Amino acid sequence: MSNIPKKLKYSKTHEWVRKDDDVLTIGVTDHAQTMLGDLVYVELPELELDIEAGQECAVIESVKAAADIYCPVSGEVIEINEALLENPQLVNEDPYGKGWLFRMRAFENENSELLTPDQYSKLVASEAH
Amino acid sequence: MLIFEKSESGRNATSQHVRLAHTKIEIPEKFLRTDKPLLPEVSELQVVRHYTRLSRKNYSIDTQFYPLGSCTMKYNPRGVHRLAFLEGFLQRHPLSLDINSQGYMACAYELQEILKTVTGMKGVSLTPMAGAQGEFAGVAMIRAYHESRGDTARNEFLVPDAAHGTNPASAVQCGYKVKEIPTGPDGNVDVAALQAAVGPHTAGIMLTNPSTLGVFEQKIQEIAAIMHKAGGLLYYDGANLNAILGKVQPGAMGFDVMHINLHKTFATPHGGGGPGGGPVAVNERLLPFLPMPIVTKTNDTYAWLTEKECPQTIGRLSAFMGNAGIILRAYMYARLLGKEGLLRVAEFATLNANYLLARLRAAGFTAAYPTRRASHEFIITLKDEAKELHIGALDVAKRLLDYNFHAPTMYFPLLVPECLLIEPTETESKQVLDAFADTMIKILEEAKTNPDLLHTAPHTLSVRRLDEVKAARELDLVFKKA
Repeated sequence: MSNIPKKLKYSKTHEWVRKDDDVLTIGVTDHAQTMLGDLVYVELPELELDIEAGQECAVIESVKAAADIYCPVSGEVIEINEALLENPQLVNEDPYGKGWLFRMRAFENENSELLTPDQYSKLVASEAH
Repeated sequence: MLIFEKSESGRNATSQHVRLAHTKIEIPEKFLRTDKPLLPEVSELQVVRHYTRLSRKNYSIDTQFYPLGSCTMKYNPRGVHRLAFLEGFLQRHPLSLDINSQGYMACAYELQEILKTVTGMKGVSLTPMAGAQGEFAGVAMIRAYHESRGDTARNEFLVPDAAHGTNPASAVQCGYKVKEIPTGPDGNVDVAALQAAVGPHTAGIMLTNPSTLGVFEQKIQEIAAIMHKAGGLLYYDGANLNAILGKVQPGAMGFDVMHINLHKTFATPHGGGGPGGGPVAVNERLLPFLPMPIVTKTNDTYAWLTEKECPQTIGRLSAFMGNAGIILRAYMYARLLGKEGLLRVAEFATLNANYLLARLRAAGFTAAYPTRRASHEFIITLKDEAKELHIGALDVAKRLLDYNFHAPTMYFPLLVPECLLIEPTETESKQVLDAFADTMIKILEEAKTNPDLLHTAPHTLSVRRLDEVKAARELDLVFKKA
């Protein structure tokens, strides 16, 4: 079973969101990085870009496939994880830590579409069958 | 060792010696190079040994079973090569007068006619150089068709999520936005989602049937009706034509335009990047837009159709008309097999795939679409093995190399986790299929008893497991002198 931390919120498309005051940190889940395999490239959004929830905003490419990252919330990009450009495998090694993708300042308070850890666990379990 | 590293200054192969030109060619000074290109200086024997040795490290259809799904790696009959190598074909200059090219043009014309029959279409152009160019030509024709009617609001193309990656790429290349259509659990296109996606912005849909999931799209007539009602056209990706050759015509399914991969279905050599052949076939409404040139026949004389006769054409895609050698091989192949033979191609391709699937399922492998009969290829998923034994598709694929089989396609289509897409083709015997099935069973046993054997495979080849991340991130393709 993949690692699904209790403190985070999740999207149906396998991104995670962490809220620290009004700053949101976004990454991909352990399940997603396992499915993709070793990453070779990460393309991150531009700073100060406004993104709508559900919009494609980044691309991660592994030895198997390329996958779009859909922004889980609407907001403005305020920081990107530049370490990934040199070392995309940080996402494989530490998806919830050093492998974070970008940070945003949210336009809205709460995105009700996001899943709780329990809901996301169920989604991952249902996809495995 | 690279051939450059065998180079020694001043050594050469006399057979390759450049003859000094007697007349000076009039090229403006600024275009003439002043330095010599960096080429390896090696003898003829060194060249022969170098490339023969390299070819022995390679897996090919001439040496191994090659069940690479979606690629139709069938045997390319030697007789066909021999005929394409006739002196008259080899020495024909593409700019020679029509009167001196009648033999070649007759072959091309007859191939056009054969492909019309095979596809159930009204017109064929042999000019696209390979599948992706055929797709580009097809979508460009759909665009030209809508524009000719003043129907310029159509800016979206629909592509099922199981499609070949080239499909959305071709649509984007022609200026369209791509909308993805999901697949249902039975492997068919989700018709409700399609119905919801079509509208006045829909230019067309690109479909492969049988799909890349190795199953026949059962609702194709319903899909065609929905598309045509919305004013969109249907593009058939001919990648999997081998499964239905002589059985079903894409034209009869409701498709408006398609390409044919001559290098797959019509047994011309492929792999290693070409040359290929991707003729396009169209129904009545797209006839005016076919790419040029096309061969026509009036009273036993063959001539080229060009922009002059067909002003609405989307234009030219290659300097002349596709790859002549590929067109000839495809023509010879079709003539050698005849109508009955082409039908048997599809029958044996599907029989072989279903036999292999049945054997693998009986041995405990999981079919990705267990309720469906396979077309010419099928998918097994190793997701359970990945979970329970930590053995993935990659490990099985690498271990197959040790047993002297080329690996099947892996991790495609993306919809199916840990998948192997297996296409045996019609040219393999039951003995080969059995040997492959036995080996797969043996590997599954190894996965349970000695999984490390799989994790570290291949063991018998000149290279071991490659560092794919390093290979992707640090491409090293150009020789630089030390």
